[in-house]
Amino acid sequence: MPIETTDLTPHSHSADLETRDMLLNIGPAHPAMHGIIRIVAKLDGERIEEAEVEIGYLHRGFEKMAETVDYNGVMPYTDRLNYVSPLINNMGYSMAVEKLLGISVPERCHYVRVIMSEISRICDHLTCVGASAMELGAFTVFLYMIKAREYLWELVEKVTGARMTISYCRIGGVKADLTADFPEWCRKAFEETRKVLAESDGLLTRNRIFADRMSGTGVISAEDAMAYGITGPFLRASGVDYDVRKDNPYAVYDRLNFDVPVGTRGDNMDRYLVRMEEMHQSMRIVEEALRQMPPGPVQINPETGHAIPAAEMVDLAKVGNIEAISGDSAVTCPTLEGSGRAQHASIAADEKRVVFPPKEDTYGNIEGLMQQFKLVMYGHGVRPPKGEVYFPVEGANGELGFYVVSDGTANPYRVRVRPPCFAIMSALHKILTGDMIADMIPTFGSVNMIGGELDR
Amino acid sequence: MSGANASPIGRSQQEMNTTSLIEAVTKHFPQAVAASHSYRGDATVIVRAEFLLEVARFLKEDPEMRMSYLMDLTAVDYSAFGKRPAPAFFASSGVAVGPSPEIPDENPWPGPPGETRFAVVYHFFSVTHKHRLRVVVPADEAAAEVDSVASLWPAANWLEREVWDMFGIRFRGHPGLKRILMYEGFEGHPLRKDYPVKKRQPLIGPVN
Amino acid sequence: MNDSFFTSRLDEAIGWARKYSIFQYPFVTACCGMEYMATACSHYDVDRFGAGLPRFSPRQADVLFVVGTISHKMAPVLKRIYEQMADPKWVVAFGVCTCTGGFYDNYATVMGIDTIMPVDVYIPGCPPRPEMVLDGLMKLQNKIQHQRTTGERAAPEPRPEILER
Repeated sequence: MPIETTDLTPHSHSADLETRDMLLNIGPAHPAMHGIIRIVAKLDGERIEEAEVEIGYLHRGFEKMAETVDYNGVMPYTDRLNYVSPLINNMGYSMAVEKLLGISVPERCHYVRVIMSEISRICDHLTCVGASAMELGAFTVFLYMIKAREYLWELVEKVTGARMTISYCRIGGVKADLTADFPEWCRKAFEETRKVLAESDGLLTRNRIFADRMSGTGVISAEDAMAYGITGPFLRASGVDYDVRKDNPYAVYDRLNFDVPVGTRGDNMDRYLVRMEEMHQSMRIVEEALRQMPPGPVQINPETGHAIPAAEMVDLAKVGNIEAISGDSAVTCPTLEGSGRAQHASIAADEKRVVFPPKEDTYGNIEGLMQQFKLVMYGHGVRPPKGEVYFPVEGANGELGFYVVSDGTANPYRVRVRPPCFAIMSALHKILTGDMIADMIPTFGSVNMIGGELDR
Repeated sequence: MSGANASPIGRSQQEMNTTSLIEAVTKHFPQAVAASHSYRGDATVIVRAEFLLEVARFLKEDPEMRMSYLMDLTAVDYSAFGKRPAPAFFASSGVAVGPSPEIPDENPWPGPPGETRFAVVYHFFSVTHKHRLRVVVPADEAAAEVDSVASLWPAANWLEREVWDMFGIRFRGHPGLKRILMYEGFEGHPLRKDYPVKKRQPLIGPVN
Repeated sequence: MNDSFFTSRLDEAIGWARKYSIFQYPFVTACCGMEYMATACSHYDVDRFGAGLPRFSPRQADVLFVVGTISHKMAPVLKRIYEQMADPKWVVAFGVCTCTGGFYDNYATVMGIDTIMPVDVYIPGCPPRPEMVLDGLMKLQNKIQHQRTTGERAAPEPRPEILER
């Protein structure tokens, strides 16, 4: 609600003392506002009577840009939506377009996507809890959590090639399979993460100052949360047991055993506890998925084919010597590692009109070359049938939904992201009312507002 | 803390599938529902604009529907639908390469709702019954105005402001309809199909 | 320039002191903020360069790190922060969105903050790896070292014509 500046009526708290309300402008350039939110608070002393939240300082036109590029070209834009958990956005968008196309990816690909999403979710919660602890003064916890996040980012980099903005998923699959030593590295990274979580728990959960600042502040009831469209850990801390992974399961979440932590009081402390527990559950999901997933690509039989350097394969193909290379796999540069002919069947759907062929086929035979051309030429490419589809996934902040409308051409007609933290921010003015100014910091920290997702 | 809290708002075994959802809405409001479909399993009803508030109230309060969540409220500008050319590569050199045929569809989508330029799309979700419904309300360009559902779901407040900002569709009865993502001096509505992508209106600095 | 031995020695000493005591104002808006956090924290520690203490007030800071996309709505705020900083001040454009606008070539984004303020060091990347950030920081330190106490510094390279449209 907009605050009228003329409404600074004087109060009379006692016989001879008159007070007035004060308007305090917080942000947009404010460290605890994560740079891009403006809150205009009407204060009665230290107590917030009304708050008006202004957003839009990071609006980058995602939805408009998505209409100018082709379907696979939207993937880097989706990375930068919720930039702390980019793999979940990637997965949501590619599953939405795959639903529109009516194709399904191989089972191993589902497992790979689930594993990478959960690792992303852990990174998101680490950043959120670390940053909000830092804003309350616990700088050490922030350093510890970013250290754990670095281990996870190294893990992500081994598979996808980049630390943060990875553009890993493709329509119809993923870019590359997990590396052979992934389970070992994952185990080490999780060991470090568990150590960090144990330390942070010891430093924060029963810490007098932390508990006093977080308990009882920023309370929202379950009914209000649902009315404002809030989902995710914010909602679950208020007592509503709704998680898209359990209630609308997608990928292979229905085969995995995990718990969903639900709080009771709906205050900042419960949200912190829910997020800490969710990180443990995410690690549990990844470990179970690694045990359950179908095995990786079969080793090339040394009698029928072997690995040759990629340049040699291309040279043989150019002179037409296809028989010499028909069963071989190419030794390519690290960028293409994991996306060769051997892994192709396990990481990409079997749909020629949607997925790129492995490089051995692109350069080795004419069908692969044609398939590649038909997918990258301007105006061609992935062309879903005309239609509209909505696909929700569980983002780190709540239900992340993609609503895609296609008109049959190579560019999407409309891509709408349903941002989970938009709903939470729209309720923020109500949550802050009645609390003190200092309570705004932990409350806003527990919202986990990510500007890329809020303003798109 | 984890898992099995027996909260009253939680998982329930009741679930209506897409056809029964559409049937329930059509049965209650035969004049309101212009069309319906369930393309790719998403139950969708196209509701005429004058009946929106009644249908919304029914969706929220009826014990069979119990749509506790307004998940999303957005709009689509259908003015360029089906009009975008699919360019042929090397068209100038005379090599006519046709675009790949679309992936065929046994149950094709009926197409944009009505002849109007805009369609306001609502996504509803019920936490008790775990079902989803999409409601599409066609809005004409000349009188781009639709009733606001902010009185039923406060989530609609900011979502409708965003639709006003991006598309220029007004919402009758909205408590304070003003821009949310763009700044006050901005002219035009960016997500409309006739707004060029690169048309900048900077507050400071050059128009680069 | 009339350079005596003492003034040039003094300039060097002050430059040395300034470059190893950078108080940054991290104007963080978007995804680059995550890599900024990674650079500032234990793994790729920026504190060993003397730049580890962020000051969230423009009056107390000397280097403005513009981290993340600047939209047209945010540009006046950024300009005001820049004007509020006291001399000597430097500006680092962190991330390709601040250098040239990145791939957000649309109605909402400022195509490079050097259209609204002078920039000293550009660190491209989407987001730049922490090693690139540290390299950029070292280039900035080099620039600070060679700045005279009178405020003269080497003239910045002019903006290439190909970027003017």
